[in-house]
Amino acid sequence: MIDTLRLTAEEAQRLIERGEVSGAELHRAYLDATAERDPELHAYLCTVEETEGGGVPIALKDVISTRGVETTAASKILAGYKPPFDATVAARCKQAGLPLIGKTNLDEFAMGSSTENSAYGPTRNPWDPSRVPGGSSGGSTAAVAAGMAPWALGSDTGGSIKQPAALCGVVGLRPTYGTVSRYGIVAFASSLDQVGPIAKNVRDCALLHRIVAGRDANDTTTVELPEPIEIPEAVDLKGLRVGVPKELNEAEGIEPGVSDAVNRTIELCRELGAEVGECSLPRSVEFGLPCYYLIAPSEASSNLARYDGVRYGLRVEDGDVRTMYERTRDAGFGDEPKRRIMLGTYALSAGYYEAYYGQAQKVRTVIRQEHAAAFEHFDVLVSPTSPTIAFELGARTANPLAMYAADLLTIPSNMAGLPGLSIPCGLSEGLPVGFQLIGRQFSENLLFRAGHALEQAIGFDVVPERLQ
Amino acid sequence: MNWEPVIGLEIHVHLKTRTKMFCRCEVAYFDPPNTHTCPVCLALPGALPVPNRTAVEWTILLGHALGCRIPERAIFHRKNYFYPDNPKGYQISQYDEPLCVDGSFVVPGADADHVVGIERAHLEEDAAKTIHVGGAEGRIHGADRSLVDFNRAGTPLVEIVTRPDIRSPAEAKAFLQLLRQTVVELGISDAEMEKGSLRFDVNVSVRPEGSDELRTRTELKNMNSFNFAAKGIEREVRRQVEIWESGGEVEQETLHFDPGNESAAPLRSKEEAQDYRYFPEPDLVPLEPSRELVESLHGDLRELPSARIRRLETDVGFALAEGLVTSGRDKLYSRIPGERPAVANVVMNELAALGLDPAAVDAEEVGKVIERRSEIPRAAFTEALAASASPGFSAETYLAEAAIADVGELDPVIDRILAANTQQVEAYRGGKEGLLGFFVGQVMKETGGKANAKVVNERLREKLRA
Repeated sequence: MIDTLRLTAEEAQRLIERGEVSGAELHRAYLDATAERDPELHAYLCTVEETEGGGVPIALKDVISTRGVETTAASKILAGYKPPFDATVAARCKQAGLPLIGKTNLDEFAMGSSTENSAYGPTRNPWDPSRVPGGSSGGSTAAVAAGMAPWALGSDTGGSIKQPAALCGVVGLRPTYGTVSRYGIVAFASSLDQVGPIAKNVRDCALLHRIVAGRDANDTTTVELPEPIEIPEAVDLKGLRVGVPKELNEAEGIEPGVSDAVNRTIELCRELGAEVGECSLPRSVEFGLPCYYLIAPSEASSNLARYDGVRYGLRVEDGDVRTMYERTRDAGFGDEPKRRIMLGTYALSAGYYEAYYGQAQKVRTVIRQEHAAAFEHFDVLVSPTSPTIAFELGARTANPLAMYAADLLTIPSNMAGLPGLSIPCGLSEGLPVGFQLIGRQFSENLLFRAGHALEQAIGFDVVPERLQ
Repeated sequence: MNWEPVIGLEIHVHLKTRTKMFCRCEVAYFDPPNTHTCPVCLALPGALPVPNRTAVEWTILLGHALGCRIPERAIFHRKNYFYPDNPKGYQISQYDEPLCVDGSFVVPGADADHVVGIERAHLEEDAAKTIHVGGAEGRIHGADRSLVDFNRAGTPLVEIVTRPDIRSPAEAKAFLQLLRQTVVELGISDAEMEKGSLRFDVNVSVRPEGSDELRTRTELKNMNSFNFAAKGIEREVRRQVEIWESGGEVEQETLHFDPGNESAAPLRSKEEAQDYRYFPEPDLVPLEPSRELVESLHGDLRELPSARIRRLETDVGFALAEGLVTSGRDKLYSRIPGERPAVANVVMNELAALGLDPAAVDAEEVGKVIERRSEIPRAAFTEALAASASPGFSAETYLAEAAIADVGELDPVIDRILAANTQQVEAYRGGKEGLLGFFVGQVMKETGGKANAKVVNERLREKLRA
């Protein structure tokens, strides 16, 4: 009997190599776990019974195009759409022999922080089904946390991998912008979107990242990795300079239970031999969120223009072509995409562009510079991933600004294009707390090493108590 | 008051690259609909553009020919609008950082060079083709349904924008002809209007002569030939002058030119009020063509048509030189030996009308025929030219048919004709010397075109003087 709740991807790989289990048997085991738990959690939008590959099975966020398998981005406007091609990351998983378990739920078009914005119903947190798993990659993090997938791919624009990873008690990496191909990823905000791994531990994340990362000729914004991804072995942090950005650790709205858990982790850094010091990112934290909510909706308003009912997806036939557009997009998009399309259209409009989109791009440069200055003195920065633990379903749906604040701590480094790794570091009120390690561009190996050493020292049990 | 037209042009040229601008689909004009498509040019979710290197290089090459500066950095922008032929909901184009800027293009004129400033030349992708079924004239208004062919979607397109430096319809036509020939010779486009690989819009305003103000302009769209453009501009200039002179105000609008009745109707203002919400295309990194590449492309430039017009002009005069170069026939002209204006005339008039493949014409042999043109019957000359591109063509065959030069044989014919046309003879003697051609024609008719034209001319002059 395979214990999918505890089995890591690395262990699963070893079992396959030793011939103790086949890829198909593993695939079956995760489908069985899904059949048992997903009716309650709704992490998957669809599962795949017949699949190829003899490796460790995987779940993919439903923004990742999968040839012949419905890809909806959790939107009604893409209901029934089966891509005729694989996203580069899906192709690389296939090439590595990873069978597809299914496509995971998300906030529609990855717009949200709770997975409640899915047009197909919310996902629930495996630690407490009355609470959200975070988002937008909440389906992927819930699937991993509930043993319905050993690992998964998510996508992160403003914090959509790190924040749900923290809320579900799993590990998630948002890679350096430009290291993972976006080809075939349903676009939200092109200058921020990045695909990354979600798993039970740091080594699994590194293994999966190694499979998908690297330049892709189909995405000109990708680059060759400066060094191959290594699987971390480190047990200490000797010589590592850890910066604690004041504003990210003392921001208004950070729950005391979250602060306590993260502070214990900062203490652990010292015990493991790191030099810890305070630093400051004042403008990044003050302006990061408002700038993000200009840039991301602006790009989204343009990226979502292709859903017009002409070539694929939903079409509401009615009158002339203008009316068809209006009816189709009105029926096909949920409230959050509509809200962001309107915000973005406004911010890009003649007479407003300079004050909004143009200004936000300038501030983005300031945010980059501020981070670069911090990295002159430190190798990694540490802070809580999310200001809060998982909140109740419905608690923030009526207040978009409260929902947007969930990404307050992840957005600044995302705006700077930097990698971030979220790792669980304890419980608060019985729910997981995560911290993030932020690194320089292309410093994923360093994040993996430091993260692995801390993870060993923390000894967090990734299996939700109620499922044990 | 005298009015001066102020004209600027926007020219779109399809590049004849093998593949599309941002994907690897073949560029094909006449294949069945939607047979050259992929996730990128159909704008499937997640598809991303990859720029066509050849298209970028050719645009830089064109920039050099237009005397442009090639900035170190160029970027693509998104131009956002909804239309079924625009699959992404935005067109990838260039905005404030195009590949080529600040050029000038010399259009040789009869008296002086005319220099037209080039504001920019940028690279973009073409839209798909929409076919409206039912309704009037294939327009979208009133159509039953529309069909979209995405074969054309993503074809690389260069847009050239001139400064408002053109001062007459004729100048506009001369500019367009020379630009077209330049593009064709660079080998980057067919630039055929019938095929749609060359299109242009014209911006027109007028102002009191001598002033340097810029008044409200109108845009003429859908011009489908250079001649129509000249006519359309002329008409629009007249219209604007009338408005100003009657105390009115020209309104900024877009006029859709109808080649059927050669009139221009304003587009509905609703279609004009567009905010394209340009912003830098985040899916593409900036283009930073290396200086070595830019230099080496400059080295690829051969003698430009404008320079050739000036070179040929000394031999054949401006009009013929311009005609030869802008029609691309000057290569054939250069190959044919013989007296220059005579050769130029034959190439531009007789040979052009025959529609032969210029490369197949046996230049040496044709040269012999032209040289002895007056000694052979008119019919033989025409036949010789018609056969000049056929294999085994030899001037000898036609030159053997010597024309009747024997005065003893021609005089009786001439006398007969003069006797039969006494009225014309009197008119000629009264000063209407242009009637000589009439008498030559009569003689030729009588002799079945076999008379030696030179001899006939001489004899006629002599007899008419008497």
